[in-house]
Amino acid sequence: MSAANSKDKDFLLAVEGLTVSFDGFKAVDDLSFYLDPKEIRVIIGPNGAGKTTVLDLICGKTKASSGSIKFDGKELTKLKEHQIVHSGVGRKFQTPSVFEDLTVFENLEVSYPKGHSVMGALAFKRDAEVVAAVEEVAKTIFLTDALNKSAASLSHGQKQWLEIGMLLIQKPALLMLDEPVAGMSVAERKKTAELLRVITKDHTVLVIEHDMQFVGDIADRVTVMHQGKVLSEGSIEHVKSDPKVIEVYLGH
Amino acid sequence: MKTSSLMKWFASREGLYYLGLAALLVIILPMFLDSFRLNMVGKYLTYAFVAVGLVMCWGKAGILSLGQGIFFGLGGYCMAMFLKLEASTLEATAIQSTPGIPDFMDWNQITELPWFWEPFHSFAFTLFAVIGVPMLLAFIIGLAMFTRRVGGVYFAIITQAIAAILTILIVGQQGFTGGINGITDLQTLKGWDIRSDEARTTLYFICVGMLFLVLFVARFVQDSKLGRILVAMNAQEMRVRFSGYDVAAFKIFVFCLAAAFAGIGGALFTLLVGFMSPSFIGIVASIEMVIFCALGGRLSILGAVYGALLVNVAKSGFSESFPELWPFAMGALFIGVVLAFPNGMAGLYKSYVMPLEDKIFKRNKGEAKPAAPKPTTEKSDDYDPMTGNYSPEKS
Repeated sequence: MSAANSKDKDFLLAVEGLTVSFDGFKAVDDLSFYLDPKEIRVIIGPNGAGKTTVLDLICGKTKASSGSIKFDGKELTKLKEHQIVHSGVGRKFQTPSVFEDLTVFENLEVSYPKGHSVMGALAFKRDAEVVAAVEEVAKTIFLTDALNKSAASLSHGQKQWLEIGMLLIQKPALLMLDEPVAGMSVAERKKTAELLRVITKDHTVLVIEHDMQFVGDIADRVTVMHQGKVLSEGSIEHVKSDPKVIEVYLGH
Repeated sequence: MKTSSLMKWFASREGLYYLGLAALLVIILPMFLDSFRLNMVGKYLTYAFVAVGLVMCWGKAGILSLGQGIFFGLGGYCMAMFLKLEASTLEATAIQSTPGIPDFMDWNQITELPWFWEPFHSFAFTLFAVIGVPMLLAFIIGLAMFTRRVGGVYFAIITQAIAAILTILIVGQQGFTGGINGITDLQTLKGWDIRSDEARTTLYFICVGMLFLVLFVARFVQDSKLGRILVAMNAQEMRVRFSGYDVAAFKIFVFCLAAAFAGIGGALFTLLVGFMSPSFIGIVASIEMVIFCALGGRLSILGAVYGALLVNVAKSGFSESFPELWPFAMGALFIGVVLAFPNGMAGLYKSYVMPLEDKIFKRNKGEAKPAAPKPTTEKSDDYDPMTGNYSPEKS
C-alpha cells in the first residue's frame, strides 16, 4: 500500500459509523471502513447485505441517517451529488446507464469534466484537448472503432465499458463500480479484468462483485458485508478461510 | 460564424430546410394571401413560438408542460397592457368618471391605475417584460419543482393547475385585468395604427423575423453541449447527475427558455390579433399547444413550426364547417400521432422523404462532379472530431 504517516494514516476514504435506515430497517448499520490511496477494495456479501447502499451513500444518491464519510479530508454526507462528483468520486451503476440517444463520442464528451454549469455547457467547445481526452479513454475501453456509433447499438459488455470510460474521463480519485462484470461473456470478463488492472494503476477503486474468481484476480483487500455490517475484512485468502464468511456467504 | 461557413450552412441540407421555410413565409404566402389571411397565418405562427419552446423543453429534455399558455398569456398581457394604456388617453376616455385609465377599470369602479400597470407606460419596459415576466414565473416554478425533483406526470399536472389558477385569477380580478373579455380595443403602437392592412402585413413580417430569431436560438442550444445534456437527461437523469451536473439547473434553464419563446409569441399574438383574453391561457389552449408540437414532431424545431401552422389551418377550415366536431378531430389527431407516429410529421419526413432526397441528391451530385467529396449534409457514420456535431435527431 502507499506510504502512510506513522500515526495519522492518510486514508483516501474514511467511512465511520455509517448508518441508514429505511422505515426502521437498517440497511447499513454502524459501518466503518477505510481505503488507502491506490487501493483496490472489493466488497462482497450475500444479497441484501447493503453493498449497493454503501455506494449509494458515498455518492450521495442516498442520504445517511448518521455517521460520516470523509473523502480526501472532505465530509461528503453534506454535499449534493454533483458536488461529490466534482470532489473526485465516480460511480458506475449496476445496470449500464449510458446515454443511448447519443454517440459513444458524445457520451464521453458529456462526461468530460469541463462546462458543468448551464452557461459553461452552452459555451463548451469541442477543442483538440477534449478530442484527445475522448480518444485516449476510448482506446482504454476498447471502443476506438465505435466512437461514431450510437451508444444504443453497443453490446451489453461494451455499454459497461463505456460507462467505466465515462467515469475515467472525469479523472476521479475514487472509482466505484457496482458489479462491473455481471452479465458479461467469459471473453468480456477477461478484458474487463485487464481494463481494471490498467485503471487501478492510478485510481483508487471500490468494487462490488460476486464472481470470486474475478475478486481474487483484482482485489488488494476484501470487505465482506452481512446485514449492513462488516463481517470480515482482509486479504482474499484471509476472507475465504474465515468460518463466518463461509457460513453466510461462500457456502460449502 | 464567418460568411463562408454561413454560406456553406445555407447550402447544407439543414440550411436548405430553413431557406425553404423562409421562402414559404416571406415570399410564397404573402404573394398568394390577402392581408386578412396573412394576418391569420401570422396568428398561427405565434403558436409556433410556443411549439418550438416545447420541442426544447418536452421533446429534448422530457419535461412535459401542459401550461405553456401561462407564458404565452403573460407575454400577451404585457403587450396588451402597454397598448391599452396608450389607447386610454385623457381625450379618448373623457366620458369616464376617472379619465385616463383603461375603460374596464372605470366600469369596475376603480379610480386609480393599479401600481403594476404603471411601468407599462414604457415601451422599453414592456419589451423587457414580455420576455422577463414569463421567464421569472418559469424560474420560480422550476426552482420549486425541479430542485425538489418533481417531474414527469406530476410536473405536467402542476403546470396545468397553474394555467387554471391564472385563468381564474384573471377572470376574477376584472377591474385589474379586464376579466373574461380580456384587454380589448387596442389601437396604436407608439402612434402607429396596428389595425390597418399595411400594419398587419408589417406585423406579419416582424413575426416571421422574430420566429427565425427564436429558431436560431433554439438551434444553437440544441447543437451545444447543453443540448446533448438535455437529451441525455431525458433518458438517464441519474447518470447525468453522477457525471457532475446539477440536473435541476438545466431543467430550470430549458423551462425558462421555453417560457421566453412563448412570451414573445404571446406578445406578437396581441399585436396581430388586437386583443388578449384568458381563453388563450387556459388548459385547453395549453394542451392544444402541446398537440401542435407533437404533430409537427416533438424532436424537430422546424417540425414544430409546420405543426403549429397545419393544425391551425385545419382547425379554422374544420371549425368553419363543423364547429362541434373540431375538438373530437383534434383529440383523434393527438391519439393518432402518439400511437402511430410518435415523432410526428418530422419523424415521417425523416423516414420516408429524406431517403428519397438522398437518392436524388446523390445522383445529381454524382453526375455533376463525380469526384466530389461526400456531401457535408449527410449524417454519415464518419465523425469529424473538430467539426462533427452529429446528433441523432436534427432536422
